[in-house]
Amino acid sequence: MKAYKYITVILAIFTTLLFVQCDDDENGNVIVQETCDDGLQNGDEEGVDCGGSACDPCAQGLDFSGMYAQEDIMGRPGINTVFSGNGTVKNNFNTSVVSDRASFQPIFEATLEAYHDVYGDALGVMLDYETNILGLDAPTFTTVLAQFDALQVAPDAQTTYFDPNTGVALTGRTLSDDVIDISLILMFGGTTGTRFDGNNGTPQLTSDGVDSGDRDFGLPFPYLEAPNQ
Amino acid sequence: MKKTKIFAGITIVALAFFTIVFVAADHIDAPAVAGTTTDIADFYAFEGDNPNKTVFIATVQGPLAPGTVTENAVFDEDVLIEFNIDNTGDFIEDLVIQAIKRGDSMYFFGPAAPSQTGLNSEVAVFAERNSVKISTSDDFQTSSNNGMNFFAGPRRDAFYFDFNRFNEVVSGAAAPDGFFPPGTAEDFFEDLNVLAIAVEIPNSMLGTAPPHVGAAVGIDGLPPAYNVWVSAKRKQ
Repeated sequence: MKAYKYITVILAIFTTLLFVQCDDDENGNVIVQETCDDGLQNGDEEGVDCGGSACDPCAQGLDFSGMYAQEDIMGRPGINTVFSGNGTVKNNFNTSVVSDRASFQPIFEATLEAYHDVYGDALGVMLDYETNILGLDAPTFTTVLAQFDALQVAPDAQTTYFDPNTGVALTGRTLSDDVIDISLILMFGGTTGTRFDGNNGTPQLTSDGVDSGDRDFGLPFPYLEAPNQ
Repeated sequence: MKKTKIFAGITIVALAFFTIVFVAADHIDAPAVAGTTTDIADFYAFEGDNPNKTVFIATVQGPLAPGTVTENAVFDEDVLIEFNIDNTGDFIEDLVIQAIKRGDSMYFFGPAAPSQTGLNSEVAVFAERNSVKISTSDDFQTSSNNGMNFFAGPRRDAFYFDFNRFNEVVSGAAAPDGFFPPGTAEDFFEDLNVLAIAVEIPNSMLGTAPPHVGAAVGIDGLPPAYNVWVSAKRKQ
């Protein structure tokens, strides 16, 4: 009974203080001014300064435990898809670590040559990969692709997969970069970049013929457009 | 007749080599992950509007048709999306930024040194934690804290590619012409969507960039650059 009295008194004082704090328009109306950093659970907050309509969600009590195992991985665009050749190799690539990929290099080189054979056969000539515009022969090019499959992103320079206007290459990947044409040029363009560009009776293998169309790459964060409706 | 035979031969050889269902850049890239919630579609890393920040974007579960398919697409609470940053040049992650869904929000951990590197990860609960409410087509949400920006939700696929013609190119069906010219070529992804996770982060949080890997294969003159990749890991 005594304890109950104390609690009642304390609650009364506390409640009064709350109203004093909030009743600052001097007409008796309570103004609720809860904020997400006042150390109190107020407004429609679901915890102290979290949840509800205004604050970040409450993370307390969420379970982040457990072990997570890799099922997919990606550095540069299209590497696994284009160079692994078959489903088993693709699955193995996706469950490998970037620093341990030497075994994929000969597979990638064989696939690169096989692509050339398709068109060599069609044209009735022997066709092999030719050192590309970056000066990379087949073993070196496929080593770069297999063993160093990460995007390189420069913190203090223009970031682009390749910018034909500035000549800058391999410093990132922007949303607008035409990574397919760049990849095709490196695979089929030879030393000049124009080896199989559809001219002079050659197949068109250095451009897929599409650009970014009406996409808008000038938006603020997150830089991506709203979904197509 | 002879020509027909040659083409038939080419097609068989090509199909043997390229039993590819190619929906690039990494969309549906391998049988084990195709169509699952760990399937990465694309990965971007570039300088933000503020040149002192770098943006990492991973897209997953693509491509998604507009409308109901996109509206019904959800992130998986059992899938950890991990941005990996190597700032020493050994292609082993020194820092990770992790993203994982809980409830109606995407939680972000890091950047922080992971408790272990490689194929298996735990959520870096010891690291800085941030979150953003997952956007929908009707409810666009971003959040910011400590110089970082966060987003998760459906977006238009930024990737453009004549995917159908590519399948014909690699199968030999397009030989000897190859790809179509502009105007005839069609962008398969133009009207499709993906689920996107985006983080923008001050470069000061990423450490000093190592020498560019290009130097290792004789490409000189490239600026120092982090080596970065994204991985999708499923709870065991």
